[in-house]
Amino acid sequence: MAEKKLWKGNEALAEGAIRAGCRFFAGYPITPQNEVPEYMSWRLPQVGGAFLQSESEVAAINTVYGAAATGVRCMTSSSSPGISLKQEGISYAAGADLPILIGNVMRGGPGLGNIAGGQGDYWQATRGGGHGDYRCFVMAPNCVNEMANFPHKCYEVSFKYRIPSMVLADGIIGQMMEPVEFKNPEVDVKTLKEPEWALGKCEGRNKRIVKSYDLKEGGVEIMINERVKRYDRIEADEVMYEEKQLEDADIVMVAYGTSSRIAAAAMKIAREKGLKVGLFRPITLWPFPRVRLAELAKRVKKFVAVEMSLGQMVQDVQLAINGRADVYLHAKPGASIITAEEVAKTLESISKKEAKEYAAVK
Amino acid sequence: MQLLNKRPESLLDVKMHYCPGCGHGIIHRLVAEVMDELGIRGRTIGVAPVGCAVFADTYFNCDMIQGPHGRGPAEATGIKRAKPDTIVFSYQGDGDLASIGMGEIVHAAIRGENITVIFVNNAIYGMTGGQMAPTTLIGQKATTCVDGRTAKQAGYPIRMSEMLATIDGATYIERTTVHTNPGVIKTKAAIKKAFQTQIDGKGFSLVEILSMCPTNWGTRLDNPSEATKFVQEGMLPVFPLGVYKDACAADKK
Repeated sequence: MAEKKLWKGNEALAEGAIRAGCRFFAGYPITPQNEVPEYMSWRLPQVGGAFLQSESEVAAINTVYGAAATGVRCMTSSSSPGISLKQEGISYAAGADLPILIGNVMRGGPGLGNIAGGQGDYWQATRGGGHGDYRCFVMAPNCVNEMANFPHKCYEVSFKYRIPSMVLADGIIGQMMEPVEFKNPEVDVKTLKEPEWALGKCEGRNKRIVKSYDLKEGGVEIMINERVKRYDRIEADEVMYEEKQLEDADIVMVAYGTSSRIAAAAMKIAREKGLKVGLFRPITLWPFPRVRLAELAKRVKKFVAVEMSLGQMVQDVQLAINGRADVYLHAKPGASIITAEEVAKTLESISKKEAKEYAAVK
Repeated sequence: MQLLNKRPESLLDVKMHYCPGCGHGIIHRLVAEVMDELGIRGRTIGVAPVGCAVFADTYFNCDMIQGPHGRGPAEATGIKRAKPDTIVFSYQGDGDLASIGMGEIVHAAIRGENITVIFVNNAIYGMTGGQMAPTTLIGQKATTCVDGRTAKQAGYPIRMSEMLATIDGATYIERTTVHTNPGVIKTKAAIKKAFQTQIDGKGFSLVEILSMCPTNWGTRLDNPSEATKFVQEGMLPVFPLGVYKDACAADKK
């Protein structure tokens, strides 16, 4: 068995990215993700990579946009307000098909909000966030071990499909320490093939252009439709989720990241009280595991989304269920912590048919 | 028979979209001639801006990237640091560089990024149709100051070369013009020196080039001397030509 060591979430994310081949990082200080750039600043030079503390979030994402165009595995990270600032750059990266990795260690919003861990950026992460029609591959770790291991998958998907990817964590996972086992073999960047679109030395070949525009009539439509084919393949092949005790479940909680751990504790409380409760955890938020949820809805008739927001992922649950079962919501906005006891109470009220369905139309 | 003049290899034989009397075409050619003469085309990556020169990515015969408005120096930084053995230039207008991209250009200079910036100053937003730029002269008319720019309402035109020259990280800063023949020759020499500064690893270089925009200045398209007169009499007193910083000889650490 590989060695397990205690790692802080943010540092595990940084080291995980480096082991997955990251050789360029640009970022800007913002709590609660500061350990990512701090770690990168001394660690990247050790592996022959480059680190830059940018003058702004906007400059950071655009510096990464430039670096990514050369085919290097690169990364930027931030927390909610900073990710908002990066959105234009993310849109350009999506439009120019650049495989960048973005870490978002979510905090409470909107505005300056607070610096506690929240889940209010779900819509921003999964709906695009910036302008235009595009998608990002989004993974939601629920422990430090996944912080360490998800960058590997993100780069794999990003480079295979030429799409930006995001590790959507929160301040709780970013700040806590847990045992970590780096499961993937360390990527030797020397063995990585230079992508055929990468900018560099055009001597002896045709020039290459990295761009997101096409002013010809219908030009952008063609670009997007080609991209949609890749999106379709991602939706077919790259969906990840985890299921717990669904076999006999009457009620299935749907929760990602930190909320999924609270939901797991709530499941234990509820089962001790005799309620048959299960847990479904989307690991990829886009692509959302909607096919599997729809399948489950053939048997399970009650789903409850548990999230630390005003209720964002619940809309994807509802879209997936599409009327096949009842959908409920247990949510708390403002980066306030949901407790297992509160969730257990909600589960009880759902089983007693006292709870109101999400977005019920009377 | 000897061929005395030809299109530079660094410039593609494509139809440019620039208006009659515009300075961009001249400046593109000068950059391309310099790339040819320095033999760097095969390892140069150019950054195209948002603005009239957005299509520069299709004109220059080297690898090119086009990104968000004003962020050229950030993109160039990423490219240069990821691939230090390439030559990287950012081509920007005055709205791109001196307004929305003010932060990126200043900090690229502060860091002494080993990149070259071609800054085309025509005192107006061209691509969007003639709005007031940060470099628009006091009294100059634009579509967002139809009676002419006033200091009271919109402040004063910014002198980027002078400002950037105060930054320790900047190595070579010069302002030139392309509204006269001697100006064109001096501009080419300045561009060459700027690229040479980068080739020698000496740090941040920028050439600010005063240029014409007859279309949006409202000067006559069939009489280019109206536009060159505006540069001569309007812009030169506000944007004096000259070398504002030359630390090429100094040992920069």
